[in-house]
Amino acid sequence: MTTFRPNSVGRPIKRREDPRLIRGLATYTDDVKLPGMTWAAFVRSDFAAGAVRSLDTTAAAAHPGVVGVYTYADMDGQVGATPIGVEIPGMPDHPLLANGRVLYVGHPVAVVIAESPYAARDAAAMVEVDIEPREAVVDVEAALAPGAPRVYEELESNVCLQIPAPNPEADKLFEQADQTLSIRLLNQRVAPFPMEGRAICAHWEEGPGKLTLWTSNQAPHSVKQQIAMCLGIPEIRIRAIAPEVGGGFGAKIPTYAEDALLCWVSRDLKRPVKWSETRTENLLGMTHGRGHVEKIDVAFQNDGRVLALKGQTIADIGAFRSFFGPFIALSTHTMSCGCYDIKAVAWETSSVFTNTMATEAYRGAGRPEAAYIIERVMDEVAAVTGLDPVAVRRRNFISKDAFPHTTPAGATYDTGDYEKSLDRLVELAGYDEARAAQSSAREEGRLVGIGLATFTEVCGLGPSTGATPQQRMGTWESATVRVEPTGNVTVYTGVSPHGQGQETVFAQMVSDAFGVGLDDVVVVHGDTDQVQHGVGTFGSRGIAVGGAALDMALVKVHAKATRIAAHHLDAPVDQIDYGDGEFTVTGTDRKLTFRQVAEMAHLWNVNVPGEEPGLEAVARFEPSATTYPFGAHLCQVEIDPESGQIEIQRYVAVDDFGEVLNPMLADGQRLGGLVQGIGQAMWEEVQYDEGGQLLSGTLMDYAVPRAKHFPRMELDNTVTPTPINPLGAKGIGELGTIGATPCIVNAIVDALRPLGITNIDMPAKPERVWQAIQAAGAAQ
Amino acid sequence: MPDTVPVTVTVNGSTHERDVEPRTLLVHFLREELDLTGAHVGCESTLCGACTVHLNGRAVKSCTVLAVQADGQEVTTIEGLAASADELHPLQAGFWEKHGLQCGYCTPGMIMAAKQLLDDNPNPSEAEIREAIDGNICRCTGYQQIVDAVQHAADTAGAA
Repeated sequence: MTTFRPNSVGRPIKRREDPRLIRGLATYTDDVKLPGMTWAAFVRSDFAAGAVRSLDTTAAAAHPGVVGVYTYADMDGQVGATPIGVEIPGMPDHPLLANGRVLYVGHPVAVVIAESPYAARDAAAMVEVDIEPREAVVDVEAALAPGAPRVYEELESNVCLQIPAPNPEADKLFEQADQTLSIRLLNQRVAPFPMEGRAICAHWEEGPGKLTLWTSNQAPHSVKQQIAMCLGIPEIRIRAIAPEVGGGFGAKIPTYAEDALLCWVSRDLKRPVKWSETRTENLLGMTHGRGHVEKIDVAFQNDGRVLALKGQTIADIGAFRSFFGPFIALSTHTMSCGCYDIKAVAWETSSVFTNTMATEAYRGAGRPEAAYIIERVMDEVAAVTGLDPVAVRRRNFISKDAFPHTTPAGATYDTGDYEKSLDRLVELAGYDEARAAQSSAREEGRLVGIGLATFTEVCGLGPSTGATPQQRMGTWESATVRVEPTGNVTVYTGVSPHGQGQETVFAQMVSDAFGVGLDDVVVVHGDTDQVQHGVGTFGSRGIAVGGAALDMALVKVHAKATRIAAHHLDAPVDQIDYGDGEFTVTGTDRKLTFRQVAEMAHLWNVNVPGEEPGLEAVARFEPSATTYPFGAHLCQVEIDPESGQIEIQRYVAVDDFGEVLNPMLADGQRLGGLVQGIGQAMWEEVQYDEGGQLLSGTLMDYAVPRAKHFPRMELDNTVTPTPINPLGAKGIGELGTIGATPCIVNAIVDALRPLGITNIDMPAKPERVWQAIQAAGAAQ
Repeated sequence: MPDTVPVTVTVNGSTHERDVEPRTLLVHFLREELDLTGAHVGCESTLCGACTVHLNGRAVKSCTVLAVQADGQEVTTIEGLAASADELHPLQAGFWEKHGLQCGYCTPGMIMAAKQLLDDNPNPSEAEIREAIDGNICRCTGYQQIVDAVQHAADTAGAA
């Protein structure tokens, strides 16, 4: 737990963020209003691949209210390419607007700026775009085939990045193993679908020569840096603000072309420009997630022991390199062993271009794909060997005494106790009784299935020195603690929360450190003019890295306060006791409150030798390594054989994410993640037709989970702290999406296994399940 | 500029007269003309519920109601839900108490939809709550704590 004695930390404190949100008084980007505001509307390609023959903006420019229409020709030579997080030599840049060619449906080709949003959209419809279509490549495996159409004609193939990781040891184990099996798994492309889509308000002020950009983003410091590099504006003249942000899920890590473009437009027009994407634009043009084909071979013994894996990940990265896009799939290999003591792993990862929207991190970012693989594998090994899925997992678990544990895939797990979470799950879910009830149901001909997932994942990436030299982002985090003369405390954090609740949890930490009330603390984030350089919120790093930085800053301030108190109390520092906001000379009643010390630090009417006036510290936490939370999930489903409809009857999750700073907020992270994961397993799918037209471009066609789809989830947790940070907290934001997909699909396959069905691809829509049942019936 | 028509709409008890384009959506009227930005645009197609407000006491998706359709009518938004500026409506209190929100973008619409439920059915079951918010999407919470929030509001309103 934290460095300071927990009083507020560990309790289910209501959020400090909520009063403005529940009263409709929060400021999201679209709520920003400025004098002279203009609105942008984009003209986007209707073709997945083609050459722009002509672009006529005359009618649009003449439309009443229009103040500007821009194509790439207007900015050519003045702007850089769409920002990326990691360079790959030899790969084409992606211009801010289509430069002569379009690469996917939704590719922006022009932007119209007008005095009202309605006028901008009217005029955008008047831009005449003549595109000579050419053959698109949409399916990622087809994109790898010899002779496939190429997304970039100047490249020799559609492969953007290919990382082979052969392993002779794996070959040997495959020869020695009792049995092998092969499985092909799809991890379909999904839409992150934050409730607030992308929204931008760019404001160039000619007087001070300053650009202010409000953008719905998870990493505003990165945005500032990237805009500076893309537009050649000195970084010190850019202020990026992520105000209230309506969800991100990874898709708001990138600095988008639209961000840079509208900054350039604002500077050109010398007026503020605002844009909020429509939901269809969001589904077309916000990065997607997942999009993997996995081909897996497994070597195992008759007793269920898994010896080795050989895997091939084919990742569809879409038409261009998004910020981290081509690299997301690498963590599928890294996390391929899950929580199992597997002896050897061989893998090949290919990140492949297709004529579709780019993919990027999405809640889990490569780890859900890994968990899906290994947890589906464990169930298939159980089925082939005739062993219970619980027994197979126990047989393969890394022992709790074996940490830190380095897997053959190269991950070093900090701590873990997988038996403990599985034991608790078995007890909580009444596993044996559930299996007995399932047997009875099967005798009645009912399709009842029980699915398990016991998984580990990786959070709080670090160290920064472990990243490739081409990566344009560190993995540390910053915090400033500024004590005001009255003892109020302002925290400036480099993380950029958008629902996770750090305004509350960080205030709890400050309260414990100084004995001040939660109302005496304000947590400032998401504004690069106020907050020292930081990294942002993604990869479950808010507490594990951002909270750790705050703890360090609190320690520094507390130490200085102690020294000031000691001087004023005329006692040596080592004789000062601290508790509940008071500094007391050991064994006496001589004391100063934290508030008194704060005032003394600022008045400075008594000099404290060796100290500067004021009470403030900045700290940066560079994680020495990553943390590995884990969990054990169970779900029970029943399938209607007549319709293929799946009813989720139970979902039980026992997670272990180390120390818990606010259990109510932790539950919220877990529940939200579970529903997103179940959404992918059962309903969600970004679909393109073979010509690259998006078929899932509205909420009529893209199935986001709704409240009535779910039973009440049952949650519990075990606590295995991490030594990687002073809080002992591992990270929590992505557990749900990582555990849920294999858990659900294992339950569905378990229900259908008596029919001879051994796999159902996600999303397990009723239609797909019904067809599998029909095919199985025909085969028998 | 396009032709405009006059509308008079009573919002949260105050009457506002404006000239608007006939195609102006109620949500844009509220957000742009009246600076009431609590109702959010989430899908422009009645499917996500982020823009839910009450029109003459019934929940509507304000992204598919025209401002001219609200002419002469009464609108209540999230900003006007509580009895006064320093009070919370039991639903607002419930969402705060039970952590019924994370990013907050769906929250005003979710609360206004839940108000319709509690107006019609002051003691809903969990299944009835889940059914009642079926037209409102939340991407953050997984809904369970929203269900708890609405239940909490029903319990406290019933006790009051």
